[in-house]
Amino acid sequence: MSDYATTQTGHDPRLALPPPGAAAWSGAVGWLLRFLHQPMSRFIIKRSGYALLSLFLLSLTIFFFVRVTGDPAALLVEPGASPGDVAAIHHQFGLDRPLWVQYWLFMVSLAHGDLGQSFYYQTPVMGLYLSRLPYSIELAAAAMLFSLLIGIPAGILAAVHVGRFWDQFGKLFTLLGLSMPAFWIGLLMILLFSVYLGWLPSSGAGTPWHIIMPAFALGWYFAAAHMRLTRSSMLEVLGSEYIKLARLKGLPQTLVIAKHAFKNALIPVLTLAGINLVLMVNVAIVVEYVFAWPGIGRLLYEGIAFRDFPVVQGVVILGGAMIVLVNLVIDILYAVIDPRIRLGN
Amino acid sequence: MPPAPLLELDKLSTYYISAQGARIVRAVDEVSFHLDAGKTLGIVGESGSGKSTLALTLLRVLPPAARIVGGRMLLDGEDLVTKSDAEMREIRGKRIAMILQDPMASLNPLFTIGNQVAEPIQVHEGERRKTAWERARALLKAVRIPSPEARVRQYPHEMSGGMRQRIVGAIGISCEPRLLIADEPTTSLDLTIQAQYLNLLRELQREHGLALIFITHNLGIVAKMCDQLAVMYAGRVVESGPVSRVFNAPAHPYTKALLNSIPRIADSDQRLVAIDGQPPDLSSLPPGCAFAPRCRQAMPRCRAEVPPPFAPEAGRVARCWLAEPMAVADDFRVASGIV
Amino acid sequence: MSTPTDVIRLPSPQPRLAAIGRIRFRDYPVIPLTILAIIAFVAIFANQLAPHNPEVGILSARFKPPFWLHGGSTEYLLGTDQLGRDVLSRLLFGARISLVVGFTAVIFAGAVGTFLGILSGYLGGWVDQVVMRITDTWLALPALTFAIFLAAIVGPSMWNIVIILGITYWTRYARVIRGEVLSLKEREFVRLAIVAGCSKRTIMRRHILPNVINSAVVLGSLMLGVVIIAEATLSFLGVGVPPPQPAWGLMLSDGKQGLMVGYWWLTVFPGIGIMLLVLSANLLGDWLRVKFDPQLRQL
Repeated sequence: MSDYATTQTGHDPRLALPPPGAAAWSGAVGWLLRFLHQPMSRFIIKRSGYALLSLFLLSLTIFFFVRVTGDPAALLVEPGASPGDVAAIHHQFGLDRPLWVQYWLFMVSLAHGDLGQSFYYQTPVMGLYLSRLPYSIELAAAAMLFSLLIGIPAGILAAVHVGRFWDQFGKLFTLLGLSMPAFWIGLLMILLFSVYLGWLPSSGAGTPWHIIMPAFALGWYFAAAHMRLTRSSMLEVLGSEYIKLARLKGLPQTLVIAKHAFKNALIPVLTLAGINLVLMVNVAIVVEYVFAWPGIGRLLYEGIAFRDFPVVQGVVILGGAMIVLVNLVIDILYAVIDPRIRLGN
Repeated sequence: MPPAPLLELDKLSTYYISAQGARIVRAVDEVSFHLDAGKTLGIVGESGSGKSTLALTLLRVLPPAARIVGGRMLLDGEDLVTKSDAEMREIRGKRIAMILQDPMASLNPLFTIGNQVAEPIQVHEGERRKTAWERARALLKAVRIPSPEARVRQYPHEMSGGMRQRIVGAIGISCEPRLLIADEPTTSLDLTIQAQYLNLLRELQREHGLALIFITHNLGIVAKMCDQLAVMYAGRVVESGPVSRVFNAPAHPYTKALLNSIPRIADSDQRLVAIDGQPPDLSSLPPGCAFAPRCRQAMPRCRAEVPPPFAPEAGRVARCWLAEPMAVADDFRVASGIV
Repeated sequence: MSTPTDVIRLPSPQPRLAAIGRIRFRDYPVIPLTILAIIAFVAIFANQLAPHNPEVGILSARFKPPFWLHGGSTEYLLGTDQLGRDVLSRLLFGARISLVVGFTAVIFAGAVGTFLGILSGYLGGWVDQVVMRITDTWLALPALTFAIFLAAIVGPSMWNIVIILGITYWTRYARVIRGEVLSLKEREFVRLAIVAGCSKRTIMRRHILPNVINSAVVLGSLMLGVVIIAEATLSFLGVGVPPPQPAWGLMLSDGKQGLMVGYWWLTVFPGIGIMLLVLSANLLGDWLRVKFDPQLRQL
């Protein structure tokens, strides 16, 4: 039995051919059938299915929770309204109709992108959300960049010098970073850099100076998390057989680390970074509040503070949907990069 | 006077030291042997006998807790123990190469085959990428991998186990080393492929004048491939010599027991013979011969004193008090006819 | 040319260091336990230790700095806030809130999560599918955001927060416990129990549960820090523990008012409290994780 013929798919031409029947179909249908048989397409469809399910459950959850925790009319009505107004709201929003009808109406308006109107701003929620979104993206990008630029080199240093100074320093950094709430760091930074030193602006957006402190406060926790994972991933890689072989080949230490170890060690870290990008949304809410950064997080806070329910509901739904979509894109990207993933775990 | 051996070990010792010196594991203890250019040496032993540590010691790629504590390793007359890190890096891959046991784990999953085979050529011989890759293709051909032009761009996970092991072999010979150490190279291969692989190694040895060291627990491979044999137990070489002599007339009880435990088809109605007892704990060895607790022929002296290397015949060594009457030798080299 | 690090020449005496005292110290997580003990002590005896009423203040004594600064007095050791309330007293009572909310929420989330994890892992089939789908979706949503959303709807109160945090974080447990149960199911003693005719409920209760408690506890200690920060965040945003209760997050929120004029003590001290508590919870969690369950090292 030859041991040469057992390569995996993707490079063996025989496996890229469509099953016998499909070849008989011509044109678009045939192409579609062939397309559907590629492992990559199957993967995309499967993941998209899960994403859709998540979106569905998300809407169900929000709908359910709003209704079950009290009279939704109390939320939908502007503060300081009379009982007559409340009754009118009941009728207007169909709150006196059966539950499943309500849900259907809810989904229909969602599909149209209609999330209601903000009480405070008197503009559609969707428009409000989209106008604030760029700021949040900017802040998240800056914070993530900061966390990777600090976290990854620190982790590599700690792993290469394990047990010695850089490692101890790294451990301390990790410990503090994971224990200090982001908003407290933000407050302390304002105290130091705005109030005492007067170097940096404490609120708003506009110049590059404005983004420094919020990005730092937001990224600090994640820098620590990334550093910890880089260190342990690097240590694991450094103990692996292929690193041993690289050393046996006589390669210089810098090449071993920079080429062989680095790329492999980075994989789990980037995975974590992708997950963390999504988690950043949480922490961003409070950081944006502290620094009055005009993003989605601050919008949510305003909605809560001003009892502007459509905004609150809209932000949570849109935020959740965005996260589901981002996760889907990340999953697909990973399958593109690493052939081992799409060929089925 | 015969030419100096390619590799000569003289009472080499490597210990694992932990807990601030409270715990010492004598992984390699006063090991001596020699190997001529172009010949094959088999190092045989159970797991834990120290054979893998010995291989790592030769290339000075020991884990952090291990230390070379004594002895010499002479490669073409130069003592590797005294070399600096930079000098060792020159030697690794270029003058001495090593093949590891698990080819899937030895190859970096993120880089192409070509990249990994060409790499030592680029580093040691300073070749440019293009020429290095050409040589990589030629190497793949030399190890009998079909369509090397296509394979060169593929990734390790796209190959079968047998192919991967050949690639590791190609990496090993890429810079024309004098000595190739193979640590259990066929253990993870299918039986049908093992024979092909061993034949390949033998051909490479003939074509390139390589000396081979085979580290294995499989006596069948030793019988087939090796000229010389060294049997290790608890970190010491308990017997060494030419393969045919040792197999026909083993001098050490452990060697005898190993040979006996190989099932023979002709004796299918006999019971399987196992070696009594457990492998020793290297951190707390008994005084005297390490094999004494399990040895059927142990004498009181065996439990008290560690036997020195004796030479039962010219060219053979056995660390056993039973070998004493035949010859007494302080210096292994004198007894084995070298010098 | 660097000196090689893998070669030494014996004999050099290797002294047997008195490792005994060292090992003892290193065996127990002294620092986090001490800090936690102090905070717990303070929380329990806050009534006796606090010099003033934490919820009522004297307006004429507002914004006093700590006693070692000009304008401070030993009557208000760490200063006062915008309503003249003593910072030290509020800190002491706040410890109580943080600890109670933290532990209760973690236990609640742990109970629910472990229960569902065991059910899902052991029973398999559609139960497993349903629970896993819910868990995956839940995990896909940003936890804290969802907690904020819920808190905003139901209104601030301490017990509401505990329930909300429990609901938000149970999924972490369910996932891990389910994984453990799946591997436990294949073990000999479970198979023996099945063969002996034990009911599913009995097996889950008497065989599976005791074996996953370890992981649940370790996970709980790791979640404690997360939950405490979550509660602080909620209170800081105004949707957590309501005033005038002296939750540390709430103190930070009050402190924001005085920040721009440099009344630093209102921000620094409550934050230090949170940090110390979370730090010890994290250290304890790490120690437990390494000690009890090597498999959880991936967490």
